[in-house]
Amino acid sequence: MYATGYHRASSVEEAVKLKGQHDEGRYLSGGMTLIATMKQRLAAPTDLVDLRHIADLHGISVDGRNVRIGAATPHAEVAGSSALRAICPAICDLAGKIGDPHVRHMGTIGGSIANNDPAADYPAAMLGLGATIITDRRWLSADDFFAGLFETALEEGEMVTGVTFEAPEKAGYAKFANPASRYALAGVFVARRADGVRVAVAGAGADGVFRHSGMEEALAASWSPDAVAGAAVDARDMLTDMHANGEYRANLVKVMAKRAVIAAG
Amino acid sequence: MAKVTLTVNGRTVSGECEERTLLVHFIRDKLGLTGTHVGCDTTQCGACVIHMDGKSVKSCSILAVQASGSSVTTIEGLSSQRELHPVQAAFKEHHGLQCGFCTPGMVMTAVDMINRHGGKLDEATVRHELEGNICRCTGYHNIVKAVLSANAEMQAGRQAAE
Ligand SMILES: Cc1cc2nc3c(=O)[nH]c(=O)nc-3n(C[C@H](O)[C@H](O)[C@H](O)COP(=O)(O)OP(=O)(O)OC[C@H]3O[C@@H](n4cnc5c(N)ncnc54)[C@H](O)[C@@H]3O)c2cc1C
Repeated sequence: MYATGYHRASSVEEAVKLKGQHDEGRYLSGGMTLIATMKQRLAAPTDLVDLRHIADLHGISVDGRNVRIGAATPHAEVAGSSALRAICPAICDLAGKIGDPHVRHMGTIGGSIANNDPAADYPAAMLGLGATIITDRRWLSADDFFAGLFETALEEGEMVTGVTFEAPEKAGYAKFANPASRYALAGVFVARRADGVRVAVAGAGADGVFRHSGMEEALAASWSPDAVAGAAVDARDMLTDMHANGEYRANLVKVMAKRAVIAAG
Repeated sequence: MAKVTLTVNGRTVSGECEERTLLVHFIRDKLGLTGTHVGCDTTQCGACVIHMDGKSVKSCSILAVQASGSSVTTIEGLSSQRELHPVQAAFKEHHGLQCGFCTPGMVMTAVDMINRHGGKLDEATVRHELEGNICRCTGYHNIVKAVLSANAEMQAGRQAAE
């Protein structure tokens, strides 16, 4: 790892200010992506601004069916929240399948969505739930936030402070994990509300996380696992790499969508 | 250089290190506690698992400065007496190790798992939660057996105490 500086922020304002003083600095949340990439010398920030000790960024609040999750809330806390499980078990189950217990103790929702790894799970949940991403300066819909492979709408120095969404009537997530890394080869999040269905796909798309309108329409017309069978998933829109080719991923997307609907009940 | 203060196995320790120093190197090189191992160095294998503020974490992927102010338990601090912790004893009894390199991380992981599930552990959960710990000798079967056996013993101990 290259040499770096370290700053521990105790408030959002302080963190944004510290980040502003270091052009080549980075926010550090759980570090489960950033420290790993720094060790491989794939990232070399001059300074790290640690967000883990900012009390305002922690915790899950549930008010009726409205949920807010602080950016520095670790995956294990989302997985284990009984208040959240009572209204939206799908997101708890999703968080419980990220990496391993040690990664879940450190890794955070804010870090995961800011990173927008195409194979990460939370982006699919945010897009599928139609969540709003809250930053230090504005509110963004998930549709506007995720912008391709490792790309988001975040501006220079902008920090995710939390996410918020209304629990849907039903939701489910199914992922086919890469047997070695456990990241998604294909992961599908489905959510049904009075005004429609959203289907978001992680791991498979050539341009990162995306919504599939064909499956959304099919499930809006008939909420059943078999409904997705008729929807077409174009292999040319899928990622092809050493783990799986486009055709294989296109098929996996449909299988995972089916399983997600079954999980949603 | 940064100053790092930690409570390690109940003892407060301070030391200077570079900001980029990993917690595992601080523990091994500065504190001389070499029970915590570095296996893969890529956040995969779990040989470096310790407990930080009561939770299992991979100490190869945390900077020592990030951990400053927290309380850390390593394999050396698991048992305060001279006898083995029930999880260590179960690994011995069920032959849950061969070369032993992954064992400190396996044991720390098992203790965390048993603490969190409070006795309600089944084989499927143990296998799922061993996801982040890689053993290249034994094939996990005896490790799973050891964790379940230690869990049963610790549960019996808890009930007897109530
Ligand atoms: C072995 C292993 C297995 C994994 N498996 C999975 C998996 O199955 N599924 C999955 O989804 N993920 C997986 N991950 C990734 C894990 O979920 C990470 O924790 C997560 O992607 C990043 O979160 P973090 O809090 O660790 O962020 P960091 O590593 O601290 O930061 C990641 C990036 O986001 C930026 N950042 C962090 N917080 C903010 C913020 N609040 N505002 C703006 N920018 C910010 C940082 O500057 C950095 O660029 C795995 C990781 C490991 C090591």
